[in-house]
Amino acid sequence: MKRRAVRKAKNAAFLSLSLVATMTGLACLGAILWTLLSHGLAAMSWRLFSQMTPPPGGQGGLLNAIYGSAVMTLFGILIGSPIGVLAGTYLAEYGRSSRLSTVIRFINDVLLSAPSIIIGLFVYEIVVVHMGHFSALAGCLALAILAIPVTLRTTEDMLNLVPVGMKDSSAALGAYPWRTTISVLYPAARSGIVTGLLLAIARISGETAPLLFTALNNQFWSTKLNAPMANLPVVIFQFALSPYKDWQDLAWAGALIITLTILLLSISARVILAMLQAERGSGR
Amino acid sequence: MMPSTKPPKHLKMRAPLPVAPEPVKDLGPPKIEIRGLNFYYDQLQSLRNINLSLADLSISAFIGPSGCGKSTLLRVLNRMYALYPKQRAEGEVLIGGRDILGPTVDVAELRYRVGMVFQKPTPFPMSVFDNVAFGLRLSGGVHGAELKLRVESALRDAAIWDEVKDKLHADGRSLSGGQQQRLCIARAIAVKPEVLLLDEPTAALDPISTLRVEETLQALREKYCIVVVTHNLQQAARVSNVTGFMFMGELVEIGPSSQIFTSPKDRRTDDYITGRFG
Repeated sequence: MKRRAVRKAKNAAFLSLSLVATMTGLACLGAILWTLLSHGLAAMSWRLFSQMTPPPGGQGGLLNAIYGSAVMTLFGILIGSPIGVLAGTYLAEYGRSSRLSTVIRFINDVLLSAPSIIIGLFVYEIVVVHMGHFSALAGCLALAILAIPVTLRTTEDMLNLVPVGMKDSSAALGAYPWRTTISVLYPAARSGIVTGLLLAIARISGETAPLLFTALNNQFWSTKLNAPMANLPVVIFQFALSPYKDWQDLAWAGALIITLTILLLSISARVILAMLQAERGSGR
Repeated sequence: MMPSTKPPKHLKMRAPLPVAPEPVKDLGPPKIEIRGLNFYYDQLQSLRNINLSLADLSISAFIGPSGCGKSTLLRVLNRMYALYPKQRAEGEVLIGGRDILGPTVDVAELRYRVGMVFQKPTPFPMSVFDNVAFGLRLSGGVHGAELKLRVESALRDAAIWDEVKDKLHADGRSLSGGQQQRLCIARAIAVKPEVLLLDEPTAALDPISTLRVEETLQALREKYCIVVVTHNLQQAARVSNVTGFMFMGELVEIGPSSQIFTSPKDRRTDDYITGRFG
């Protein structure tokens, strides 16, 4: 009887500790969102989407930065995701247990958790130094390198979820592996792979460090890929550290825009994944 | 029923097995001939000196306990094993008089000639129509109206046309389990293979779906050389002309199903079909 009481007490203690930890985490997250919303919403206006970043003391918006972020994220995904998807296909379908795949998987895991500033430095060294100036192109490359490990991992995982029987059935009809991959496996894993792409977009659209070393920033409207280009993360970094009130307000607004975009992407990814699971659950 | 006092006969508990449709008539020249076939998973030998010949336009069933090599035998016939590393077959396997184990054999072409249906239904993530058209499109040369005709006749032969004719554009995965399996049969026969292999085709299905698939097989006997591996003895007895019993990698006995299920020659066959093991 006594031992049971002790065990109950221990359980209660453990439960409350876990609860406190969870609450602490959630409270931090809540505080961040609250700060963002309260400062960001106040700074929201149509000017954000119609005017360029202003000089100190002037009026302006974030149009060039939003455009730059969109362009660099787009090209980053366009360059990075085909590499990630194809490499993931190789790991899942061709080199399942070869030594090469083991090495690739390990390096990919390292890349997945590598600090992004290192990627920035790397691209700075091989592109910016050689071109002699910062450029949007270098920014795209840095973001592409960040997108590769995310898409590679999700593609491999999702292809591995496709039942072996489906692959065998296709082979049994006389299909070569490339045909099976394109006509059967990709469609079967489609929603999973798309989810991976959304997660990769979410990941790279908020990166600051790699862009500081590559695309830098641009106060003016520029669509040239071989010139420095404005982008939200670096603008936020610059404006938030400045002593000017209107710059700080713009930084808050930019932070809110990025957060909401990422939130939207993550939610879509989750919804797609849930749909995928429901599909798997109902179909045999 | 009155309790009987004759022990030996009743201790055997022989289930009343329905006997095969027809005793083997003159089944004609063999479609498949296997001579001295050995199979290895890496070091482990899983088929030992298999010799047999199977007639065209008939159903041959292979039965035996798990791990006896019956599925392996099936996977040799379309060289599915070649998809996996470290598996190899030695000996001679002729299908339609052509050796299929030789190094110069085009495996894709072989699999086109030898269709296969698996234990679990595996509809592809595409429409019912596209599922059946998959093999035809692979080989090319079949388009438009002819493609539609071939798809329809395959679905009719697989006895599923009436159920899916109004939803040819629905996803194949939205069908029921039994329908999915008959869809897979339609997909396999759409390319008009010479041989149709079925690896426990009803193991994942409910009894009614099983019945439908068996009826389908009965009808397909008219057109194909069918080889089926099954755990279900009643099924083997119901549908097959010829039954082979396999045990520990050996083909113990093969003969007309009516004979195998009523008066097997080998003691091990008798033990297995009377339920003493396996």
